[in-house]
Amino acid sequence: MSFLPACKELDRQPLGDMIRNFGENAVLRALDKPTLSSEDYMALLSPAAEPHLEAMAQAAHKRTLQHFGRTIQLFTPLYLANHCSNHCVYCGFNARNDIPRSQLSMDELRVEAEAIAATGLKHLLILTGEAPNKAGVDYLEEAVTVLAPIFPSVSIEVFPMDEADYVRLIGAGVDGLTVFQETYNKELYEKLHPAGPKRVYDYRLEAPDRGCRAGMRVVNIGGLLGLDDWRRESFMTGMHAAHLLHAYPGVDIAVSLPRMRPHTGAFQPAHIVDDRQLVQIMTALRLFLPRVSITISTREAPEFRDNILPLGVTRMSAGVTTAVGGHTKGNDTAQFDISDPRSVDEMCSALKTRGYQPVFKDWEPITSPGSHEIAR
Amino acid sequence: MNDLFDIGGKSLQSRLFIGTGKFADDTLIPQVCEASGSQVITTALRRVDMDAATDNIMQHIPEQMTLLPNTSGARNADEAIRIARLARAMGCGDWIKIEVISDSKYLLPDGYETAKATEVLSKEGFVVLPYMNPDLYVARSLVDAGAAAIMPLGAPIGTNRGLRTEEMVRILIEEIDLPIIVDAGIGKPSEACQAMEMGADAVLVNTAIATADDPIAMGHAFGNAVAAGRQAFLAGPGATRTLATASSPLTGFLGGGQS
Ligand code: SF4
Repeated sequence: MSFLPACKELDRQPLGDMIRNFGENAVLRALDKPTLSSEDYMALLSPAAEPHLEAMAQAAHKRTLQHFGRTIQLFTPLYLANHCSNHCVYCGFNARNDIPRSQLSMDELRVEAEAIAATGLKHLLILTGEAPNKAGVDYLEEAVTVLAPIFPSVSIEVFPMDEADYVRLIGAGVDGLTVFQETYNKELYEKLHPAGPKRVYDYRLEAPDRGCRAGMRVVNIGGLLGLDDWRRESFMTGMHAAHLLHAYPGVDIAVSLPRMRPHTGAFQPAHIVDDRQLVQIMTALRLFLPRVSITISTREAPEFRDNILPLGVTRMSAGVTTAVGGHTKGNDTAQFDISDPRSVDEMCSALKTRGYQPVFKDWEPITSPGSHEIAR
Repeated sequence: MNDLFDIGGKSLQSRLFIGTGKFADDTLIPQVCEASGSQVITTALRRVDMDAATDNIMQHIPEQMTLLPNTSGARNADEAIRIARLARAMGCGDWIKIEVISDSKYLLPDGYETAKATEVLSKEGFVVLPYMNPDLYVARSLVDAGAAAIMPLGAPIGTNRGLRTEEMVRILIEEIDLPIIVDAGIGKPSEACQAMEMGADAVLVNTAIATADDPIAMGHAFGNAVAAGRQAFLAGPGATRTLATASSPLTGFLGGGQS
């Protein structure tokens, strides 16, 4: 069963008010437990938890250390194309935005991939907008065939697709899937996505379930923090991750915590999430789900990224450009502005200074009999 | 005392196996090896990158160590078998620790798939050390499958909760004629010592050393604890009594049967 029925049920509840009603005792109880219930998680997201942020941070640090050690896995995104038929009001690639559109040819892709590989990075996340007749499943499959011999791990963050298409891409060498629901608030979702295939909330919501069933090794979800009440959104994200963990025990579930950034276009977030709140979200999530990977992207500023390292983060992007071909052609078609422009080398020394080891490779492709290392 | 641990055709002086994951810096590995006295080190094949100049964990593993690559990431027997073969093809030797885990929440091993992989790989000449739940039936099937030792967990991976499975591990020690290496969950040197006192043949420790404030000192402490536990086991600890031996017995009036 997918997350949809549970999500619909939760969506009917006044979750924001419920979370705001927790008192200090519930927070202290939650902090004391080895295994947290969904009510405990709510308590940690409540205003009553705010005075206990330091205790939450200490506990989250301890859990993270236990399960992940002092290591941070590094990856980088590669934008394949920025054509998009969607009208997401918060995004620079929005079909109505007048920006130069492009799509990498396979030769350009190879050059871009080699430029990334030269920095030492081994985990790659490929992205496109949603324009199935330009950058559809065939195009992605071809791209993955080019990339798989260069990178031990290739994940996709593209449009949601059917299970059979995920199976096809896994066959080509994809091992991870990222799908952001953006907001779990259905009514708001429909307002923010006025036109285009992304309008269909249910199809997007069930994409992680389809990816898990298709055999993805890692499935990464998240909400775009800033669109709606963050307490409610964070609770829903945690419940979504908990559902996936329970329903697909063989899949590694990961959560990203992206905050909205300035971009081309007029939309500004209605619910700004400040630094303290992001820390509350991350530490609550870590305590609720001690083994999920947590990703912090270069949307965040260098100093903040360095400071939140011990609080639950396990994966970070580095050497990032959000423009198509940005690693070789420059940055003028970026999806959004990044805040941490550090190179891979600079990221590594920053991690080492903080007592963390950057990990470049943490996967060996084993799905196809002639595996990566032997093939080369 | 000449008490060597024979396994997979090797005689080991140290009964502490260590891991390579979770260190803040892989350059600590040689120092931890030295401080702990360990001679066997496990590493996830998924982390090994022969091509990398900077991120190659293998370059930090001292030559005298016996490498125990593990199949972390495998979700079934078939994947574990492929990883093991890959490890051998990459020059990582014949030892393999089988980890088959298809539960990302608790990371508990799948006994059935583990036994299947063990059977295939031991026939191919691997020295197979399967990570397992301490279950007598699974252990027996691993013996039949040709395992060189078995590695029951003390508590779930990374929990540092100690020897939670004590009673079950004790049964394996009594019943199974293979070396028993307690793996996972050991959080403190005293717990490693406890496992050795019980009669475990060796202990594998990763998280507790790698995430300590001073991993080198902690490696040293574990080395000592494992050796102490082993010595205590060999020395034959006095029987534990549930009833106190009172200094003024209540039945003293009965006399000793002498007239
Ligand atoms: S968020 Fe994605 S789908 Fe929406 S406009 Fe941007 S690129 Fe297109």
